[in-house]
Amino acid sequence: MRLEKCWFCSSTVYPGHGIQFVRNDAKIFRFCRSKCHKNFKMKRNPRKVKWTKAYRRLHGKDMTQDSTFEFERKRNRPERYDRNLAENTLKAIKKIDKVRVDREARHHASRMKGKKAKEHREAEKELVQSIHMVKAPAVLQHEPSLTLPKIKVKVSQQQSEETRAMEE
Amino acid sequence: MVQYNFKKITVVPNGKDFIDIILSRTQRQTPTVVHKGYAISRLRQFYMRKVKYTQQNFHEKLSTIIEEFPRLDDIHPFYGDLLHVSYNKDHYKLALGQINTARNLISKIAKDYVRMLKYGDSLYRCKSLKVAALGRMCTVIKRIGPSLAYLEQIRQHMARLPSIDPNTRTILICGYPNVGKSSFINKITRADVEVQPYAFTTKSLFVGHTDYKYLRYQVIDTPGILDRPFEDRNIIEMCSITALAHLRAAVLFFLDISGSCGYSIAQQAALFHSIKSLFMNKPLIIVCNKIDLLPLDGISEEEKKLVAEMKAEAMKTVLGLEGEPSDDEGVLLTMSTLTEDGVIAVKNAACERLLNQRVELKMKSKKINDCLNRFHVAMPKPRDQKERPPCIPPAVLEARAKQAAEKEKRTLERDLENDNGGAGVYSASLKKHYILANDEWKEDIMPEILDGHNVYDFIDPDILLKLEELEQEEGLRQEEEDDDFEMDGKELTPEEQEALAEIRKKKSLLIQQHRIKKSTAESRSTVPRKFDKDRKFTSERMGRHLSSLGLDPTSAINRARSRSRGRKRERSSDRGDNDGDVMDMDVDQPNKKLRMRSRSLSMSRSRSRSRPPGEVVPGEGFKDSAQKVKALKIAKKSVKKRNKDARRGEADRVIPNLKPKHLFSGKRSSGKTDRR
Repeated sequence: MRLEKCWFCSSTVYPGHGIQFVRNDAKIFRFCRSKCHKNFKMKRNPRKVKWTKAYRRLHGKDMTQDSTFEFERKRNRPERYDRNLAENTLKAIKKIDKVRVDREARHHASRMKGKKAKEHREAEKELVQSIHMVKAPAVLQHEPSLTLPKIKVKVSQQQSEETRAMEE
Repeated sequence: MVQYNFKKITVVPNGKDFIDIILSRTQRQTPTVVHKGYAISRLRQFYMRKVKYTQQNFHEKLSTIIEEFPRLDDIHPFYGDLLHVSYNKDHYKLALGQINTARNLISKIAKDYVRMLKYGDSLYRCKSLKVAALGRMCTVIKRIGPSLAYLEQIRQHMARLPSIDPNTRTILICGYPNVGKSSFINKITRADVEVQPYAFTTKSLFVGHTDYKYLRYQVIDTPGILDRPFEDRNIIEMCSITALAHLRAAVLFFLDISGSCGYSIAQQAALFHSIKSLFMNKPLIIVCNKIDLLPLDGISEEEKKLVAEMKAEAMKTVLGLEGEPSDDEGVLLTMSTLTEDGVIAVKNAACERLLNQRVELKMKSKKINDCLNRFHVAMPKPRDQKERPPCIPPAVLEARAKQAAEKEKRTLERDLENDNGGAGVYSASLKKHYILANDEWKEDIMPEILDGHNVYDFIDPDILLKLEELEQEEGLRQEEEDDDFEMDGKELTPEEQEALAEIRKKKSLLIQQHRIKKSTAESRSTVPRKFDKDRKFTSERMGRHLSSLGLDPTSAINRARSRSRGRKRERSSDRGDNDGDVMDMDVDQPNKKLRMRSRSLSMSRSRSRSRPPGEVVPGEGFKDSAQKVKALKIAKKSVKKRNKDARRGEADRVIPNLKPKHLFSGKRSSGKTDRR
């Protein structure tokens, strides 16, 4: 039993899932679900479809080259069973996974590095430019701070005053 | 060598079918239309053709039958006798003879009637002659109907005869019923003969083929023979007798020692002696079967004597052929088909004896001279008298002996299976013979999948080393990473963030509203503000909005309210409103009346009056009356020339779109659609 990779989105295909298509030139295409299969039939290029791993790798959103990827290679020659080797391999898989996940997180962080500064700049600019939407320019002259103005008078009160005057 | 293939004889149709076939063929293949008015010669020709055609067909078909069926004298006597046994030779000949006479009769009939047709003088006469001719031919066929049926039966039987080549190497198995002849043939060949506990399970001859020394041998299984006088034998037994009589083969006479076939050794011996005449010139081997039930030494003394007698007889045949006494073992053999003990030995002995006999014969015949010329065996001339036997190293001899011993006592997988409950219960452990570094690991189950990875992709003898390197790398990187931190000194204060949030909310509201307006603009009519049924444009709202912006709304509200009231109210309040942040009015109004008028007109909407042309309406954007007058003048001047030339102007009707799609699309119930 083997876990395969979906040809379109590169996610793992577990046994009992998905469809396998064999073309006339004997190339095998495996799909994890009908979404990928239908996209393939529509002749869409996975490198252009945003949610696939191929796109993400191509556009640098995910890590491409790393030493952790070299541990996992398809080996065509079966090795003779060795209990110690098997034990070590199982432990190693877990550690390698952890390392890989850490590295991917780091990659993501480095990608998002300038975001905070950029957001801050944009916020400042927007504040300065659009403060007139929440604060009248006249008020801004008095108090030049970029904050909400203090509400001067409650309108409903004034109305009640007037009615009282009229009654009188 | 001709293979007697009786499968290729064409099917013999029965009488009625035969007639139908021929007559329908005549009807189809000859012209069918004829009229009274044709010339007489044409009529005669028409009917003669039909008669002749029918006769020809009959002749053809009957000839094929006669030719295809074999003549019993021409084929090998074995087949001849076999057929004679099942179907009487004389009957067969008679049937064929009848077919022949029928053929001749039909020819004669046709000849006569054709001669008569030559003198037919009318359509009717010719037609009746033809009808008579055909009728008589059909009667002839009807009469030979039973012969045809008989021949068909024979044909079917012949097709099912076993394809025995009478001239090649053959081994014949005979004996009493139920002694184990069919089991033997099942064991040494690929034949699948039925084996059952009742007598006469095998009812006819069966052929199997086996190999010995790169030569193919036919093995023929016969039905059992009982000890009876020749005349009383039934057809089935006659089959085996025929085979014995005519085939030049090695004979294996089967003897059931245990007597489980239902007949004693004495009876079997009696049978042997009665048919021993048939064993002339044939290598004979007496095979004692079923020794698993009763070994050869276990029989009584008299029976042993009988067996010895038979053996003596068999020896005679051996002696008679070769002239030298061969070993006894070749003549009397024991075996058991159930345990397969000695079966191969029997087969080998029989094949060997037969081969020797045939070679002998060939050597004596004239044909050998042709063969001898073709091959030559070269023998090296002996240099000296020294014996040079093949040299086998002692180690090999020991190994061979050990192997033989081991083979005897090792437990087979089959035995293991039988011990543990048989085929359905026990399943063999395939991991038993694994070659591993440590034998304890044989029963281990290796996981194939872990956490979404294939374990087999990770297996590597150096995996620990590589893992170490990886971890070191990780450690180094971690240290570097700790120094890197984001500068977050600059940040917005909470109030500023509030303001930003408010701004964003307003913006999104505006966008939403615009989108709604945009999507329904075409279907929705724009209602002017003064007809405000949802009361969206109230002074309270304005006041709230202004106060949220931080302004004092009171003056604005007052002004808005005052402007919307009647004249009375306005007089009292307009003086107060004269100063302040009210929109600028036209101050230089020379005429008081005009001023009053203009004020009231501009401040109230209660009455609509026509204005003098130069009067400035506050919303238009003119500075003063002079400017407005000037503007009007310019406008009139620009239009004057065009009007004088009677040219098309702005107010004249313009069709911007000569063929608007909405007027020209769609189907019409009648008429053309190239214009509407």
